[in-house]
Amino acid sequence: MPHALERTNDFVVKFANINGSGSASANRLFARTILRMGVPCTPRNIFPSNIQGLPTWYEVRLSDAGYLGARGGAEFVVALNPQSFDQDAASVDPGGYFFFDSSKYVAQSRLRNDVIALPMPLTEICNAQWSEARHRQIFRNVLYVGALAALFDMDLAEAEKLVEEDFRGKAKLIASNVAALRLGNQWARDHFLCPIGLQVKRSTEVGDRIFIDGNTASALGAVWGGATVCAWYPITPSTSIPEMFSRYASKLRVDLETGKNRFAVVQAEDELASIGMVIGAAWNGARTFTATSGPGISLMQEFLGLAYFAEIPAVIFNVQRAGPSTGMPTRTQQSDVLACAYASHGDTKHVLLFPEDPKECFDLGADAFDLADRLQTPVFVLLDLDMGMNERLCDPFTWDDARRYDRGKVVTYEELEAGKAFGRYLDVDGDGITYRTYPGTHPTKGSFFTRGTSRDRYAKYTEDGAAYVDNMERLLKKFETAKKYLPKPIRKDSPTPTRNAAVFYGSTSAAMWEAIDVLAEKGIFLDGLRVRAFPFQDEVVEFVREHDQVFLVEQNRDGQLRSLFLIEHGLSPSKLQSVVHYDGSPITARFIANAIAAKLAPVQVKS
Amino acid sequence: MTYLAKPQLRHPSLKVNDLGLTRRDYEGAVSTLCAGCGHDSISAAIVHACFNLDLPPHRIAKLSGIGCSSKTPTYFLGTAHGFNSVHGRMPSVLTGAACANRELIYLGVSGDGDSASIGLGQFAHCLRRGVNMVYIVENNGVYGLTKGQFSATADRGSKDKKGVSNATESIALVGLALELGATFVGRSFSGDKEQLIPLIEAALMHEGAAFLDVISPCVTFNNHEGSTKSFEHVREHEEVLNVLDTLDAFDLLTPQSEITAQYEAGTVQDVLQHDGTTLRLRKLAQEYDVYDRNAAMAYLHERGRAGEIVTGLIYVDPQPVDMHANLGTIPTPLNLLGDEICPGAAALDKINASYR
Repeated sequence: MPHALERTNDFVVKFANINGSGSASANRLFARTILRMGVPCTPRNIFPSNIQGLPTWYEVRLSDAGYLGARGGAEFVVALNPQSFDQDAASVDPGGYFFFDSSKYVAQSRLRNDVIALPMPLTEICNAQWSEARHRQIFRNVLYVGALAALFDMDLAEAEKLVEEDFRGKAKLIASNVAALRLGNQWARDHFLCPIGLQVKRSTEVGDRIFIDGNTASALGAVWGGATVCAWYPITPSTSIPEMFSRYASKLRVDLETGKNRFAVVQAEDELASIGMVIGAAWNGARTFTATSGPGISLMQEFLGLAYFAEIPAVIFNVQRAGPSTGMPTRTQQSDVLACAYASHGDTKHVLLFPEDPKECFDLGADAFDLADRLQTPVFVLLDLDMGMNERLCDPFTWDDARRYDRGKVVTYEELEAGKAFGRYLDVDGDGITYRTYPGTHPTKGSFFTRGTSRDRYAKYTEDGAAYVDNMERLLKKFETAKKYLPKPIRKDSPTPTRNAAVFYGSTSAAMWEAIDVLAEKGIFLDGLRVRAFPFQDEVVEFVREHDQVFLVEQNRDGQLRSLFLIEHGLSPSKLQSVVHYDGSPITARFIANAIAAKLAPVQVKS
Repeated sequence: MTYLAKPQLRHPSLKVNDLGLTRRDYEGAVSTLCAGCGHDSISAAIVHACFNLDLPPHRIAKLSGIGCSSKTPTYFLGTAHGFNSVHGRMPSVLTGAACANRELIYLGVSGDGDSASIGLGQFAHCLRRGVNMVYIVENNGVYGLTKGQFSATADRGSKDKKGVSNATESIALVGLALELGATFVGRSFSGDKEQLIPLIEAALMHEGAAFLDVISPCVTFNNHEGSTKSFEHVREHEEVLNVLDTLDAFDLLTPQSEITAQYEAGTVQDVLQHDGTTLRLRKLAQEYDVYDRNAAMAYLHERGRAGEIVTGLIYVDPQPVDMHANLGTIPTPLNLLGDEICPGAAALDKINASYR
């Protein structure tokens, strides 16, 4: 028997369940109890594209140090799925713990002798306690949460309080859940040596942070950002953005006197229609968005080209999943970067935003509406499944009440009446951004025809090559102007001077900062730069130029952000090294640290 | 003659409507379509209808897809905003626009290629949503801009210019519109101003999804013998159900060079509209009931089998429910909402608290 692992507030618990069995809410209760004890933890739900019956995993990482990325490995595994039992047994770190339902005989040969077995006859206990099949299934989940609380020395009262909050007003449900928690807790105390080496101790590290998923945060960003029209088509993993927008708008955007909605949500017939509606609504002066994933982006290509060329604001939340085609629809990736950056035929370039967590989903989500109106072009907010569908600890959202929506360059009735000259595609200010009017503004002035065909500065149809080039060059100028409005990168230099660096974005961020710490302990130092937008600002390109070796860490096969650097800035390919992780699971700090250490190993030997 | 600018001169005797505008104020740029194209007659009918109804041109939004028909919004209502979108996708753009501002009048212009093939899905869904609009299909049974391929509305057995017969079944947009829940459905003929203009007027007054299928012969690619969408064929096989009279139709029968159909007036029926206005129907098919959707479908099938093209107001729901009623939106156009809709910092703090 190996020495049992001993860790406090720094370990990973992995639950192996069957989807559709009600385990998700029990696992969530476990994670939230830890958070209520003030200990930062990050859950990740790894689920199949299926409603009931297939294996699903839920990983909870505790980290008093505040590392919220996936780490890799698990010190404690809860095995409740016979289908994946052996795989789950194999996944425990040596010296870790293996908790399983022992109601049915499990051969000793299926257990490892380098981990500690914690058998609990969950089904048996449930069958003795409850008579209804549904209760037996649901309370089995609550039972193990109670048992884990005993094993980890957690405060059961925090779990009970959460149950009371969740089922407020439903006394019967509260009582039965609390009873199940206590039953499991007591059973564990009676049969195991509690606590084990892995323990949860109260902490203050959570602070005033909130625990929310990126999709909900994006929806709230859209509400605060002033979106009034949402058109969408259901697709995993983006669906909860419009759903949460509807929910919050129904609470916060209803006219109190009439009960009427100050927003419209239309479920479209497909993604072509949803982006078409967004373009129609934006053309007509509403703040509007859609949410989709990779396959939707593929379908929207033609319309996105129209929006680019006709210069119509549009906000697109793309919650990326593993492609191509249907790919792995419930697994995460950052593989739509190029599809979004150059969406549509012809010469196009689009503005991309890369939030790192729910806080930025809210901030950049709200900002996207100002940016789209200011730049009169589609703006993509690129989330991924890991960030969108998992709850993450993040700073509370803030809003400046003095902030005013930037509706961009819109000519009003009064201005037209006062004789202001108007050419829809006339670059008056020299920044590539032209003025527009909303339909119906003035009886005789300011109307124009919007089209995807070439036109002159006054929106008049033309096939004159010079006029076409003039317009395309202005669009480039506008793209350049965009840089000053976009969020700046976040740079953190190593305290020890180094010629090596890492560039990354989006959900990779948490694992990456942790990997930088891990590598520093090994004497490998990296400056880090988190890109938050495309087109890249000068400081992004400068950062790459400053360093000898730059690792571009991403969650796709082809190094798509790296390609943008090569295409847009002609940087040396040998200098930009790809570190990619794209098996559909979230990138981990261990993976990044190992990959970068391996790439640097020959160099280190030489020096 | 596309290279000639339109003369700006106005004849002093031109009639003026209640807004003080003449019909010329409702015109657009000179058409670049082929001389004699049925679509130009429809554009002229739209001009007449909007003028007759005293609609402020700039309060109309013109949207179209891609194709000959979709070019036409340039040729009418020059002071209105227009949007020539992508092939087959006008309905979604129009739906979004209608969401953003319920106060404008939405006029969608499409063709049979645009609506019956690539855009069939969007055609269907904007009708079932009850978008408050007039959706006109300028139906010539042929792809004009790509020079003469059959479209999905070409009748089985109809011949193309080279004499090749169309082997596939045609899509009947009027029947589909009835099935899909359009609350105003009409069919007309570009060569029949007397019927078309009041039909467009009535459609514009209808507060729901109004669909008009207008047979509009393509003089270049589909006006030959053997075609079932030629001027001659349509004139010979048209079965006129009814003609609408409008209150202000003084300019209805201005002599024009286009081919114009004539028919005898029958009995009269008044159709009360949701907005309080009345449509006066001169019925030619006496037994036909414009309120009966099922009967309308059966009648269309029966006459269609006999090779007849039924025209007129085919169906109207006097109590239409439009998309905004379904969405429960406020009367104020959503595009007028500004900073006042932001819930602000205090509300956000409450949200934060609910996620701890």
